[in-house]
Formats: sequence, C-alpha cells, structure tokens
Amino acid sequence: MISPGMTILLCLFVPFVGSFLILATGSRPNLRETMTLLTAITLFLLVASIYPLVAAGERPGIDVVEMLPGLSIAFKVEPLGMAFALIASFLWIFTSIYSIGYMRGHHEENQTRFYFYFAISLMAAIGIAFAGNMITLFIFYEVLTLCTFPLVAHHGTEESKRAGRVYLGLLLGTSIAFQLFAIIWTWVITGTLDFTKGGILAGTTDNLTVAILLALYVFGIGKAAVMPFHRWLPAAMVAPTPVSALLHAVAVVKAGVFTVLKVTVYIFGVNFLADINVSEWLQYAAAITILLSSLVAMTKDNLKARLAYSTVSQLSYCVLGAMLVNSWGILGGGMQIAMHAFAKITLFFCAGAILVAAHKTEISDMGGLGKTMPFTFTAFFLASLSIIGLPPFGGAWSKFYLAYGALEAGQLALVAALMISSLLNVYYLLSIPFRGFFGRPPETPGHYSRPQSDGEIHEAPIPCLIAISVSTVGCVVLFFYTDPLYNLLKQIILP
Amino acid sequence: MEVFGLFNYWIVIVLMMVGFYIVITQHNLVKKVVGLNIFQVSVFIFYISMSKITGGTAPILTEGATLYGNPLPHVLILTAIVVGVATTALGLALIVRIQKAYGTIEDDEIEAQESES
Amino acid sequence: MIQAHLPALQVIIPLIAAPFCLLIRRSDLAWAFSLLVTWCTFAIALILLLQVNETGTISYPMGDWSAPYGIEYKVDLLSAFVLVIVSGIGSVVMPYARLSIEREIPWPRIYLFYTMYLLCLCGLLGIAITGDVFNLFVFLEVSSLSSYVLIALGKDRRALTAAFRYLIMGTIGATFYVIGVGLMYMMTGSLNMADLAKLMPLVAETRTIQAAIAFLIIGLGLKLALFPLHLWLPNAYTYAPTVVTIFLAATATKVAVYAFLRIIFTVFGNVPVLQKEFMTDFLMFLAIVAMFAGSFVAIYQTNIKRMLAYSSIAQIGYMVLGISFISVAGLTGGIIHIFNHAVVKGALFMAVGCIFIKMGSVYIEDLAGAGKRMPVTMASFVICGLGLIGVPLTVGFISKWYLILAALDKGLWPIAAAIVGSSLLAVIYVWRVIEVAYFQPAPEGAETRSEAPMTMLAPMWFLTLASVYFGVDATRTINIAETAAAYLLKVIQ
Repeated sequence: MISPGMTILLCLFVPFVGSFLILATGSRPNLRETMTLLTAITLFLLVASIYPLVAAGERPGIDVVEMLPGLSIAFKVEPLGMAFALIASFLWIFTSIYSIGYMRGHHEENQTRFYFYFAISLMAAIGIAFAGNMITLFIFYEVLTLCTFPLVAHHGTEESKRAGRVYLGLLLGTSIAFQLFAIIWTWVITGTLDFTKGGILAGTTDNLTVAILLALYVFGIGKAAVMPFHRWLPAAMVAPTPVSALLHAVAVVKAGVFTVLKVTVYIFGVNFLADINVSEWLQYAAAITILLSSLVAMTKDNLKARLAYSTVSQLSYCVLGAMLVNSWGILGGGMQIAMHAFAKITLFFCAGAILVAAHKTEISDMGGLGKTMPFTFTAFFLASLSIIGLPPFGGAWSKFYLAYGALEAGQLALVAALMISSLLNVYYLLSIPFRGFFGRPPETPGHYSRPQSDGEIHEAPIPCLIAISVSTVGCVVLFFYTDPLYNLLKQIILP
Repeated sequence: MEVFGLFNYWIVIVLMMVGFYIVITQHNLVKKVVGLNIFQVSVFIFYISMSKITGGTAPILTEGATLYGNPLPHVLILTAIVVGVATTALGLALIVRIQKAYGTIEDDEIEAQESES
Repeated sequence: MIQAHLPALQVIIPLIAAPFCLLIRRSDLAWAFSLLVTWCTFAIALILLLQVNETGTISYPMGDWSAPYGIEYKVDLLSAFVLVIVSGIGSVVMPYARLSIEREIPWPRIYLFYTMYLLCLCGLLGIAITGDVFNLFVFLEVSSLSSYVLIALGKDRRALTAAFRYLIMGTIGATFYVIGVGLMYMMTGSLNMADLAKLMPLVAETRTIQAAIAFLIIGLGLKLALFPLHLWLPNAYTYAPTVVTIFLAATATKVAVYAFLRIIFTVFGNVPVLQKEFMTDFLMFLAIVAMFAGSFVAIYQTNIKRMLAYSSIAQIGYMVLGISFISVAGLTGGIIHIFNHAVVKGALFMAVGCIFIKMGSVYIEDLAGAGKRMPVTMASFVICGLGLIGVPLTVGFISKWYLILAALDKGLWPIAAAIVGSSLLAVIYVWRVIEVAYFQPAPEGAETRSEAPMTMLAPMWFLTLASVYFGVDATRTINIAETAAAYLLKVIQ
C-alpha cells in the first residue's frame, strides 16, 4: 500500500501537521484536544505498522535530502529505534488523555501553545528514533531540545525562566561542545556517519582516540543525564506535570539513553569496544551517577524533585548497560528503556494527580492522603515496585539482565551498585505510598495550598486516572509479555 | 651609498609618518583631515618617483626622444588624487555637520559630550 | 550580443543609474528606479554565475584593450558567487527600504540616499568583478566613500562622528592598499592580477614585495574589520540608518574578504605568502581573538544593533579563520560563511528595522513582550539567531561544520574547541533578546499586536527561509564554495 519509506516520513509528517491543526483549533478547546488525540493515535498506528517489518529482520529506510556533499538526512528503522518509537507514540496517547484532565483541572494558561509544542516534540522524538545516520539524529536531537524548552518554561515565572536557562544551557552546551565535536571528528576519521551494525570505527584509528570519542559522545549526549551534566533534569521539573511525565520520563530522557545505546552499537560496535576495553571507566561514571543521584533523591522532599533524581539514577542503568558492551548489558539497557518508561510515567502521573486533586507537592504533607486517593497511591506503589525491580513487574527483567551483564563482565562492584541502588529505591520510593496509607495528615497546611472550593480532597480527575491505570497495567504486562521486546532487541546483539 | 639617490623615498617615508602621526594624535577634526592629506600626498610622491627613469624624458611623444619616463604611475596618481580630493571634500562636509550638531570640532570635546548624555 | 558585455554592464548599469537617480527628485520614483536597477544587476549576476558554472572563467577586456595593458574583468566562480550575494542582498533590501527609509531620512532627501546606494552597489560589484589591482582600489574607494555618506545619513548625530571615524580609518586602509599596489608595480611592472601571479615568483623574495604584502594585508584588514582593526565598525553599524546597516553588514566587509582572498590566493597564488610559518598562526590567532572578543562584548550590549555589530566582528573572525587553514575545507568554510552570514545578518538587521519602525527603539529592554506584539518578526529573529549559533537545519551549522572539519583535518583540535566555544557564547547574546521578548510582559498600554508592514516582513522572511533552505540542502552552495576554494588553492585549474 504505502511504501515503508513513505510510512516513515508520514510518522514525522503527522505530528507536524497535527501541531498546526492544534494551533488552528486553539480557540475551541474540545476540538483542539480531539486534534491532539487523533494525531497521537494516527502516529501510533503508523509506527506500529512498521513493527512487523522490523521484527522480521528488515530495515526500512529512506533518504530525504542531501544536506552536505556526502551527508544526507536519512532514516532507517532498526530494533532499538522501533522500540523507542513504539513506546513514545503509545504513551503519547495516554499522556494526552492525562493532560486533558490535568491542564483543565489545574486551570493552566496557554494550553494551545502547550499542545502545539508537545506535538512538535513528539515529531522530534520520532525523528531521533528513526534516524539513519548520526547527523540526522543530531538534527532532531537539537530540535527536541529547542521545542521542549517552551514546555519547560511554560509558566513564564522567574523560576521557570531560571530553570529554562539551565535546561537550555546544559543541553545545548553539551551537545554543541562535545557531541557535535565528536560527530565531526568521527566524520573526519571514517568519512561516514551511517549507523552500521558492527560500528564504523573499528580499525580506523588508535585506541586513545576511540576512548576520547566515546567519552565525548557519552557526556555530549546530555539528555542521558550522566553526572555532572544532569542538573537540567531536576531544573525541568518546573514544567507542568504532563511535560515531566512524557518528556522527562519518556521522550527526552529516553532519547538520550537511546542515543547512547545507538552510538555504542552502531557507531562504535559492541565487539570492537569490548575488544579494546575503553569503556570501563565510563561504567564507573554511570555507577557513580546511579548511586549519587539515589542518595540525593533521598534528601528531596518535593515529590517531583525526588522523581527527577530517581530518573537520573535509572537512566544511568541504561548507560551502564551500554558501557558493559556485552550482549546482556545492551539487552538490559534496551529493556530498561521500555520498563522505566512505563513505571516512571506512572509515578509522574500520580504526582500530577496529587497536585491537581490535593494541591500538595511536598512529601511530608502527603500523610494519610492514600485514604482519599487510594487509586493513585496504589498505582504509585505498584510502579515503584517495578522501578525497584521486583516481579511481577517489568523492571525486574531489565534489572536482571543488567546484573547478569555486569556479572558476565566480571564487574562484581557494579552488581553491588545495582543492588544497593535497589535498596535505596525501596527507601525513597516506597516511603511515599507508605506515608500515604499509614501516615497521619499534617496539622497545618502544606507549602503549597490553594483555598479549596469545598474544603475536600478527592481522587484525581477521570482522564488522569485512565492514563494512570493504563501505564500501571503496562508495567505488569511487560513482565509477562516480554517476548516481542526481547526478540526485537536480540536482533541487535546477534552477529 | 644609495642614500642620497633615494632622497625621494626618504621624503615619502617622512611624509607618510608625519601624516599618520597627525591623524592619530591631533584632536581637531580638520587637522585630522589635513594629516590624511599629507599621508596621501606621500603616496603620490612615491608613485611619481617610481615612474622616473634615469635619462628618460617627460612621457610625451616628441621627435628625437628615445627614452621616456613611465606614464602609467602618473595616470594612477591622477586617479588617486581625485579620490583624495573627494575624500577631503566629504571629510570637510562631515566636519561642518558635526560642528552644527555638537558645536565643536575637537574630538575629545565631542567624546565628552557623548559620555555625558 | 548583450550577453558578451554582461561583465561590463554589471558595473556600468548602477554607475550610470546613480546620476540619473540624482535627477529624479521624487522619493518614491527614486525608490522604484533603484529597485529596478538592483534587480537588473541581480539578474546579470545570476546569468554570469550560470555561465561561469558551465563554461569556466569569463575574461572581459575593457574597451577591447587586452590584458595586461588594459583593464580586464575576470569572472570566475568565486567572483560570480560574490556578485550574486551582493546584488541578491541589494535586491532583497530594496523592497524593504521603501518604508524603513521614510521613517529615518527626511522626505526631500531620500533620493540622495538612493543615489549613494546605487554608487555603493556599483563599487561593491566592481570590486568583485575586476581583474586589475588598481581598478580594485578605485572601486574600493567608490564603495567606501558612498558608504561614508550613507552612514552619515543616520538620524542620531553620532552617525556623523561614526562616519567620520570610518572615513579616516577607511582612507588609511585604502591608502595602505595603494602603497602595496605601488610596491608590487615597482617590482613587476604589471597591474593585472593574472599577470602579477605569473611575474610574482621571480621577485617574491625581495624586501619590496614583503613590504607590499604587509601593506596589502593591513589595508584590506582595515576594510574587513579584522580584529584589532575593527574599531570603526560598531559605531558605524549602530548609528547608520537601518537599511544602510543591513546592506553594509551583509556585503561591505564580505567584499573586502573577497578582495583579501584574491590578493592572497590569486595574485600571490604562486608564492606561498601565508604558508610562511608564522603568518597562518598569526591570522589564526587574530581570528580566534575576534571570535571570542566579538561574541563576548556582544553579550554586554544593551543596544541590539550594537550587539549584532559586535557579533559581525566575531563572524568575520570565522571567515578569516577558515582562510588561515589554507586547505580546501577551510576555504570552503570561509567562503560559505560569506554567503551564510550575509543571509543571516541581513535578516537579523531587518528584524531590528521592523522592531524600530513599530516600537521606536533598538534597545533590548524596550523589547519587553515583543514576542506577543510582533510575533512574525520575533519568530524570524529566533530562527536567524539559531542560525548565528549554528543549530543544525540552519545555514550557520553548515559553516561551523566545515570550519570544525578543517580544524580537525589539520589536527588542530584546540582550534576546533575554540570554534565550538564561541558558538556557545552566541547562545548567550541571542538568548538575552529572546528572554526579554518572550518572557517579559509588555508594558502598560502597549498590548496590542501590530506587525511591521508587509513590504518589510516579506524580504525579511525571504532571507529567513533562505537561511533554513540552504541549511537543509546546502549542496548547491557548498559545491560552488568548494569548487571556488579548490580553484583558489590550485587543486583544480
């Protein structure tokens, strides 16, 4: 019917056109929200239609335009990208449903602008997922930074401005200073930037250069939030919660770790890196990030801040997996993208629900809230279990593969780090639903209180609950129904 | 030594430096323009000096003359003189306008007026 | 038949049009006339470019006096490219100029503005097309003198002192250039560029020629505002009428860069002038200082025009850096940046002009809420600001790519890091404007949305879209730049 190449272009075209339709229907909110949902559903269906091809081993692609002599903007779908695109487009549908409840319940301003940039950001995320060479990925990576910025600074307050500056400064800074540098250097060395199985750098230059390049890539991909370039993530929490949920639990951050994995597998080549053993210190950098950010998360009372640092920690799981440069590590990293996406988006959905329904942002104020918002807190509890890595939740699988990969690499210290991190997760995540169900309500009003119309706290708005339930169920489903994902990712690591 | 034979070129250098010095150090705008003129005159002399050929006569076709001086630099210099005149005229016109706008043509006074406002 | 005389017509048409414009007293007729003339020159430039692309360098002896005795116009790929850029910018600026000039110059004197503009255009085109070094001086002075007048037409009285200062420095520069030409003539007896190239290796080691090189480089350096000879630029761009700033910022210094390229690589093409050890390092050093100092000072400016002027100094640093690499990649980067900067800076200054005409101020703090009041203009500013930074999909990215590529090719990774670092500085000063425009609420009583008139918006958006188009599909411009670079470096003949 439509060629795969055209489908890929449509996947980009649909959110782009959708965003302008949203802009056009801005004055009629219900119509506008319908546009968003239609766009999201269409995008997911298009992305899903490519899945059978990729699962069968095909790599559909298309060259769009030659930008520089020898370099084109080109797309090629491979398993990692397929997984990322599926997750992002699927979760967009439910984030849109959630946003409807949240934005209206919270009486947010400038909603049209919000939905507009949201759609464009999704287009950029799909562009990253389907990129066929590093330059195309870089282009959409930068586009993603730029069009998520208005979402981060949505409220327009002094605080948003400051956060926006950190966000833009860190992401643009690392990408231009390190990533672009590494990209051009790769181009100079190899003469190509195409993503190729087995990498393009093998046998082209000395090991020191490869080591430096790897470091430049890992730290230049600021969206993967490896310390010390992680500050943008907690700063971005000033954004409305749907932004934090989809973008900073799914699209933006997953784009970061996805890029790290993609660069590791397709630019450097897993076997090549394993042979020359240059990634070891980066494994430790990832491990330090995992532990340090978990420790910081424990000190945070603001729920979104705690979740932000938890995200930083979880992202470095993927980076660790990539830097282990063995099959299990890559598999674990890829799985973590999926598992963490569903779990974290649930947690953020719940945080937003608590904000809208109970107007509370600080954990210490949430005592006893579980009694009035049982559904929300139960979902929070279940998603936390996934993050901690307990069956029957998807997070168990990714943790398992990562630990196994660390064992295979003989890095017992890293296994220990993963275990310690799980323990810390228990503490700082489970304490929240615990306090919610068994804690006592605070005597005095919390830090953030708005006079309620009827003085009562109730459950979150229905659209929010729908979204929460879908993502929570997703966490469970991913535990039992892992095979498609596993088979997809296996294609990368097989020779 | 060639020193005295190169007398013209020494003058060129002296005039060039004098003109340049005046442009840089004098505060009065008219004096700057004068300095610029002196600077340009040195270049004229330079070109004309290089066109003189030992034993050559004026570059006008005459009976019985076999060696002529080089006429090309003279032509080039006429062009440069015209450019110089135009520049001077423009510079002086600007000075008249500056005098009307600032009431002075000393550039340190102008700067003082600007830094006050 | 006319086709054969196009090189001459390229310069003669605006030259003769200028005194005609003087006779047309009515401002709107003067505008229409210059618009027509400019579009004519653009058409000629395009035809010349297509011709050169197909058949190779065009040689046109003026008055049929053959070189090296007569003045020869030589159009090769680089000259044609510069011709297209200059006349193209002129053609886009002219529709814009009608309303902008009416705001800034008193009605009875507008025809004088157009007269001077045509002369300036003639001068710039002449520099790009001539193959004779003294002829280059003549056109250099024609364009410079008319730009002094154009700058002095600004409303603020500081325009006069700016023009005067530019006059002094520019004349010194041109005179240095003429001294260099004289020294070259003394040793070789020729003024024709191709002829000089042949004769130069015989006399290259003499003190005279070395002095000539020094004078030529300094003279042209003054004209292209190479750090530290840039002091005339900020004031001249800030206080000139907006249209003048747009036109000069996008063309004048670029044409001087072109002249620099011609002298170094064509006239001295057979003599490794720059390859002498310290010369490339010296130029590289000056370029990098320009890049950082220009961007750094731009960050602290409160006047947008001044900020963009300092940004231009930094951008010229990029061009000179590209040249100092003396490799095909480096020269390609420098040449393509001529085009890219012309497009981006032209659009940025046009945005400033639109802001000035509607909001009456060019100070950043007065831009509060401009994002809502003039969304179309500010959108253009944002896109071109991203072009200045060098974000991919804009034209600026292409230049940065080639410059970093050239640096890495030569193994000069600290220089590559410097290029990247100064791009990050550009983020800061572009960001300041965006923050005020979009994040600060508009002052009381100024909420209404009022965009600039269409004749000003259209040219600005034309340049903005061009900056995106040539950033997405840069193959055409890169091919021209790369071929020109290879030709200059004698990699291909």
